[in-house]
Amino acid sequence: MADTDSGPYIEGRNLTKYFGGVIALYDVSLSVRRGEVLCLLGDNGAGKSTLIKILSGVHPPDHGSLLIDGEEVRMSSPRDALRRGIATVYQDLAMIPLMSISRNFFLGSEPTRGFGPLRSLDVAEADRVTHEALGRMGIDLRDTAQPVGTLSGGERQSVAIARAIHFGAKVVILDEPTSALGVKEAGVVLRFIAQARDDGIGVILITHNVNHAFPVGDRFTILDRGRLRGSFAKDEITPGELLEHMAGGSELEQLRHELEQPMEQPGA
Amino acid sequence: MATAEARPIDERVRRVGLGSRLLGRPEVGAIIGAALVWIVFAVWAGDRGFTSVAGTATILNVAAQVGIVASAVALLMIAGEFDLSVGSVVGAAGMVVAIGVGEFGLPVWLTVLMAIGLGLAIGFINGYIVIRTRLPSFIVTLGMLLILRGLTIGITRAITARTQVGGLAPAIDADPIAGIFTARFGNFPVAILWWIGLALVATYVLLRTPFGNWIYGAGGSAVAARNLGVPVARVKIMLFMATAASAALLAVIQVLSVGSGDVLRGQDKEFEAIITAVIGGTLLTGGYGSAIGAIFGALTLGMTRQGLFFAGVPGDWYLAILGVLLLLAVIINNYIRQRATRTRS
Repeated sequence: MADTDSGPYIEGRNLTKYFGGVIALYDVSLSVRRGEVLCLLGDNGAGKSTLIKILSGVHPPDHGSLLIDGEEVRMSSPRDALRRGIATVYQDLAMIPLMSISRNFFLGSEPTRGFGPLRSLDVAEADRVTHEALGRMGIDLRDTAQPVGTLSGGERQSVAIARAIHFGAKVVILDEPTSALGVKEAGVVLRFIAQARDDGIGVILITHNVNHAFPVGDRFTILDRGRLRGSFAKDEITPGELLEHMAGGSELEQLRHELEQPMEQPGA
Repeated sequence: MATAEARPIDERVRRVGLGSRLLGRPEVGAIIGAALVWIVFAVWAGDRGFTSVAGTATILNVAAQVGIVASAVALLMIAGEFDLSVGSVVGAAGMVVAIGVGEFGLPVWLTVLMAIGLGLAIGFINGYIVIRTRLPSFIVTLGMLLILRGLTIGITRAITARTQVGGLAPAIDADPIAGIFTARFGNFPVAILWWIGLALVATYVLLRTPFGNWIYGAGGSAVAARNLGVPVARVKIMLFMATAASAALLAVIQVLSVGSGDVLRGQDKEFEAIITAVIGGTLLTGGYGSAIGAIFGALTLGMTRQGLFFAGVPGDWYLAILGVLLLLAVIINNYIRQRATRTRS
């Protein structure tokens, strides 16, 4: 079912983006297959946001090309990207807390019954499908009519991802899904990502937390100041090396020295 | 690949309790509140006519005078916007009917259509300005409140040299359609039916149509809703139009029922409508609320005003009591919202 043998579902070649005089992204290439988790790592200002905005159709690249399923495309909007199977889940803009889970799930794509002006919202169908879609992904909610606000942060992210997949996403781009979450809640989301991967979904996971990225990632792409710093398969690199690449090697070494010096006491 | 049934239950599975669903509904507070207010006045003024058929009719009529506008106002507030120009629309639309019939001899039915059309146009302008300028609707519609009231007074005086136009009764009695706004069933005016009917339509739209889902989405988080393809601008403009049109409908009912128009009609109606929606459980910050609740909010207003009258308390006290009710409602709403957004664990 997970067709990992086929080519990449989405591929960016030599992507470059300028904002006025600022080179936000320069000559970055990356690709994701279905059933694969690509972790996009980098410090603040590394160009992660610019890259996902290009991949999700918000900005067109100034140079370079985007390929979806092997065909070169120009995406005009996030709606366009969505139609091509690329969905983006933003950290805090994913769900509306005061609306019920199933109303959130179907917002903008509501199921209806009847015809013409008598077309009405099929609440029972919405509840049933939501329950089923979440159940398939391992979230069992008895009551999909409860407000999303009653869910934990990790569950909210999971429901948002499940929604993207339900509405046909082949690749989901997750923007810092774990950054606002505690250890346990981050675990909920990471397990969910693994589940999506096993179901043949391609995942681009943006994070600056190596501890979150390493267990779930298949490949790691590191950005630094708008440029590609390296791209590694999981068996080519250790978490420690990944962290060093991310923080800019020698700078981290320097930092470690500075921090260690005052801590002479044992156990520090 | 295993199916959902075959997959073993693991630590990912998390059961979330049913919880107290009833207390989660936005209108529950309003229903309980309305019942309490009725009981208080039934004990206090029951023997002086509060609970009689005639007394009930006056309560319902007073409630209808605000309720007709309140359900549209509630939907607009759920979508995250205010309309302070409601009262001025009542005045302006009323004068369209009064001057049209009284000064220009137009048929009543035509002036009714013109008044509703004026309402829709003003609502569109309100919504369009709010969407295009991204200014708070509070300030945009406050401007419209002043502009419209000023124009209504100025134009009326320029045409008629007065601020009231009366003597419409013969034309109204002769009109074929005026009856749907003025009919009475015993003590009960047809305005009550308009009020309940509009509230039921608003409730249906809110709870059982995709448009209703978009209203919640637009008010809950306009950015998130837009990301999911909800036409937030269109939703809001349509609700501004519905709100102003319902104000025009109220104006038509008032002018045709009493047979005269006054440029000052509808003053403070915008605040009464917002108070009604808030007592009905609608949040000031949008994203949550109820049109059914607005029915009970209107009832609470009507019972309070008429209850004090039947109890023999001077009307001066009405505003103070209304203020207390409003504050109580806001505090209860706030508590309900915090409950709704709290993580259950």
